[in-house]
Amino acid sequence: MKKYNEEHEWVEVNGDIATVGISAYAVEQLGDITFLELPEMDAEVSMGDSVAFIESVKAASDIYTPISGDVCEINEALLDTPEVLNEDAQGNFIFKLKVSNADELDSLMSEDAYKNFVDSL
Amino acid sequence: MEELLKTPLHARQQELKTKNVSFCGWDMPIQFDGIIAEHGYCRNGVALFDTSHMGEFFFKGDIKTSGINEATSVNIDALAVGKCKYGFLLNDQGGVIDDLIVYRLSEDELMIVVNAATSKLDLETLNARITNATLIDKSLEYAKLDVQGPKSKEILEKYFDVDLDALQFFSFVQTKVFDSDCLLSRTGYTGELGFELYIDNETSVKLWDALLADGANPAGLGARDILRLEMGYSLYGNDLSEDITPLEANLEKFVNLKRDYVGKDALAKQKKEGLQRILLPFITTTRRSARKDFEVYQNDKKIGFVTSAAFSPILNKGIGLAMVDTSTYDENAQIQLRDNRGSLDANITTLPFINK
Repeated sequence: MKKYNEEHEWVEVNGDIATVGISAYAVEQLGDITFLELPEMDAEVSMGDSVAFIESVKAASDIYTPISGDVCEINEALLDTPEVLNEDAQGNFIFKLKVSNADELDSLMSEDAYKNFVDSL
Repeated sequence: MEELLKTPLHARQQELKTKNVSFCGWDMPIQFDGIIAEHGYCRNGVALFDTSHMGEFFFKGDIKTSGINEATSVNIDALAVGKCKYGFLLNDQGGVIDDLIVYRLSEDELMIVVNAATSKLDLETLNARITNATLIDKSLEYAKLDVQGPKSKEILEKYFDVDLDALQFFSFVQTKVFDSDCLLSRTGYTGELGFELYIDNETSVKLWDALLADGANPAGLGARDILRLEMGYSLYGNDLSEDITPLEANLEKFVNLKRDYVGKDALAKQKKEGLQRILLPFITTTRRSARKDFEVYQNDKKIGFVTSAAFSPILNKGIGLAMVDTSTYDENAQIQLRDNRGSLDANITTLPFINK
């Protein structure tokens, strides 16, 4: 089950691995995505850190990690074809983390809460 | 806030999936299907742009004696009826008040097409430079549709009793469409085969509907900006301004320094003394694009700023124009484009970015 932060990242935790991506809403706002910068492998990141960067034909935006941990996988296929995020943002992850503090998940929004949050924007 | 103006096609566009932006006082679509998709429609098929926000002035008077021939950089006296020409309305310092296209409608009649943002000042400035002539702003009475792309001719042919093949680049005819007057011009801002249609507001809606039914794809300002930048065409407010001369904008081919007009002396002086800065095209080394106002560095020294930038879907790289100091610019070194987020490498290149 995905959870969300207010910067429009989603995270899904299985065991101690967190998979992170950006929301369909974020992609809709950005428009055609043209460039993505991934976090460094093995980087130790804290919840709320700017860890990656995404650019579209209209705008540029930081990607903030919704949870703390160590970067253990990055989706390098996105570097050449970042436009797949336009087709399916919820189904294409950006990076994975080895979770360092699973309690942080409790502070994130559920699917429904995020939907309400987006509707309020 | 002042209420935004709407083109006659605004209601039609809202029926489609569109994102709008406030642009020079107008509520205009930035995209319909998506900026990259629309760029592709124009490069490979046919795209339909609503550019009704542009200003249209109508002049009547003697070309030689009214002052109009010295009012802009365009040598109207040498322009044949049925031809149009790109040029500049300059201030005394040679800075660009606006860039424009002058259409020679008849011996003593012109249409002057200007940018929306500057149209008020353009009208005042032109009026102050002419005597014994009339210049009327009919911008709100005229809609403008740009039909651009390799299939533009095909799609337009059935609506016009005109041999479109015979219409040369920067030529136009005054004809009819749906029994209404239409000025059909073989011009555009995309580098593709294309036409610009000046029509009354009511007819523009009929033509919009008909062309969409025929398979033309609506396109917005976002795609238009990438298309023009791939060709290296200037955008007023970015690459041209009252503080930038046509020489600095690398547009010397559009100014004749052997003829007299307002601003020409300043340009001649600037040319004689040498340019302090010049607009150069750059291409980034990755898919990442710069943005307007990024700072330009070379060998760790700031040498200029970005005036326009975009991602080119054809080159899969960032492209743009940068105003650089001629004294510090080193043509053999890479440049870096920086904002507070970081730095990206780029190389200076030549225009156009893509060959058409």
